[in-house]
Amino acid sequence: MKDDLRRDPRKEWIARNRLHPDHQRVLAELGRGAASAEWLGPQGIMRKDPHRVGFIGPSGIKRIDRSGAQQAATASDIRQRGAAADTRQSIDIETPAFLVAVVPDMSAGRLSSQDRDVLGLARQLADADPQRPGAVLAVLFGEHKEEALSEAGIDRLLHLEGNEFAGYTPEARLAALMAVERQWAPRHWLLPDSALGGADLGRRLAARLGERPATGVWQLNAGTDEAGWQCLARGAAGTRDIQRPLPRVVLALAECAEPVYEARHAARRVELSQALPETLGRITDMGAVAVDPAGVALAEAEFILSAGNGVKDWAGFHRAAEVLQATKGASRVAVDDGFMPRDRQVGATGTWVTARVYVAVGISGAIQHLQGIQSCDKVVAINFDGGCDMVKRADLAVLGDASQILAALVALVEQYRQQQQESRDAA
Amino acid sequence: MPHDANSQTSARAQPHGGGQPSVAVLVSMGRHPLTERARRADQDARAVEMALSLGDVQPRLLHAGHFDQDSEAALRGYLGMGFDALELIEQEPGADVIAALCDRLRDAAPQLVLTGARAETDEGSGLLPYLLAEALGWPIVASLASIERIEQGEATLLQALPRGQRRRLRVRLPAVFTVDGSAPAPRQSAFGPARRGVVERIACTSLQDAAFAEWRIQPARKRPKRLKIVKAASARDRFKAAAAKAEGGGGQVLADVTPEQGAEAIFKLLQEEGVLR
Repeated sequence: MKDDLRRDPRKEWIARNRLHPDHQRVLAELGRGAASAEWLGPQGIMRKDPHRVGFIGPSGIKRIDRSGAQQAATASDIRQRGAAADTRQSIDIETPAFLVAVVPDMSAGRLSSQDRDVLGLARQLADADPQRPGAVLAVLFGEHKEEALSEAGIDRLLHLEGNEFAGYTPEARLAALMAVERQWAPRHWLLPDSALGGADLGRRLAARLGERPATGVWQLNAGTDEAGWQCLARGAAGTRDIQRPLPRVVLALAECAEPVYEARHAARRVELSQALPETLGRITDMGAVAVDPAGVALAEAEFILSAGNGVKDWAGFHRAAEVLQATKGASRVAVDDGFMPRDRQVGATGTWVTARVYVAVGISGAIQHLQGIQSCDKVVAINFDGGCDMVKRADLAVLGDASQILAALVALVEQYRQQQQESRDAA
Repeated sequence: MPHDANSQTSARAQPHGGGQPSVAVLVSMGRHPLTERARRADQDARAVEMALSLGDVQPRLLHAGHFDQDSEAALRGYLGMGFDALELIEQEPGADVIAALCDRLRDAAPQLVLTGARAETDEGSGLLPYLLAEALGWPIVASLASIERIEQGEATLLQALPRGQRRRLRVRLPAVFTVDGSAPAPRQSAFGPARRGVVERIACTSLQDAAFAEWRIQPARKRPKRLKIVKAASARDRFKAAAAKAEGGGGQVLADVTPEQGAEAIFKLLQEEGVLR
């Protein structure tokens, strides 16, 4: 141990005595040079030297910057001397007593927050008995972009790739899950109860296995006796709670358990021992369909072009929304002035939107409006005034005349569309 | 076999004939979320609406369950959408209706079975269509937005995805389809036809759902909100996390640029995010 508590009283005395000729050298030796004003004392308590805090300002007066910008360097010093950056425990279960299988949705190729919650639930089941720990087996279909699989609490990873799992292929996926069932016979099957993901696949699996699943599970309680786990599930269209013993197949709601933070798990790759049988597909996926963005409900639209008081050229705005294929939104002022219908209003009194990209044209960003766009991922502001709140909130703000910028954007997108069309025609 | 007690139910088909497929709609008893009064179930009504929108096919309604004053009121709600009759497979209260429905569908052999995604009473797990499809050996598709056409034993349909997106699927018939809230809203139920409609009762042996009777059922409790867990080592970090404003922070601001340059920057962001289709 490098950081033992052995002390040298003489050196400490020199370190305290700023007039001693060896003062600087001893300070450096003790690991508290001029930069560090804090150190770990012999009793394990953080000590601070108030004389060393701060710096001499331009007027020759000592200043103390408490924003933390100045002390960042010393803080990292201390952390380096202390424990390693990643204190998480690494867990590798060699011979699990049983398996808990999880089939995450992996929507957009990443673990969704509900997937993480379900994995946390699986860990509860697997780690219930420390003497005989189980392992969590995750079954992933198709390509994915997730790098932190081991941090989500996965012990075993079965990654099934191939064209047969691309798109909406419930029959092929079900066949793969049945192969997993035959090979490992997991004690529990856990799936997120999310529309078109685990909800569909999990019910298919339960029907095929002949198990009666618990759907809409949101809480798990360890039973007192041999009866084992009890679960609380939503029933009757969300108006009832059903308390029942935990079955083999569980479809869990979001926030059913805490996700895993404190440990890294091995995420060892496993493979199916037999090739998957050919399945006779009676459902053919013919791909996504272009939808009319105006028909999409504002609350669930993916891409919104929103107009406010700063928009003067309304014809240009509507044209831009059409060309960009964005759903139209509006601030309260634009609605009150009669330029947009009431059902297009975004904000606390209108609709709370969840768009991935939100383009605000001429909106200054009243607090009610900013509340309404809280859950948007990327916000783009086109505005004349650089000091408004919307520009502060935006990931990209362009200052200038909104109608000119929109016109330029429309020209760019039209050009892009044309190029795409040409390359498609050529192909 | 598991399942919903007297809630979900079903339909039956016309005899084979003509080029039109026979359609059966399984309907169940709904419950108003606030007043708890019996009503037509919302999703099942949407399924009925979708069946009616298929053109000149006259779909048949089928329900399996107990018949009493409440369920009659609810079932007449479907009759009021423009039906003369509804077939009711009589079951005792608390019965598992899967087997009875399955037998009935096997006899009637419809090309298409439409139903809501889940019941509004009792377990409401939404498993019934899946169990029926498994027992009958038919494909099942969930969350339908519309049926585009049916020809040569294949149905082309649109499936509703999150964020208002749609996906086109082709499914070999016979098949079971379920609809949820993204399907078109049902038409109103008219009072006169609802009174005049006939409920054809068919006696059938019922199978008690033993497991369901053992569960404890109570009104839904409000779920606790998840607390934001702040993993901070120092008091300063904790304070910062507590006092933080919800702002984007490191946003890029383009001032003094020509409209073309600004548009270029926005275009690049839109392309990176993949919203330009």
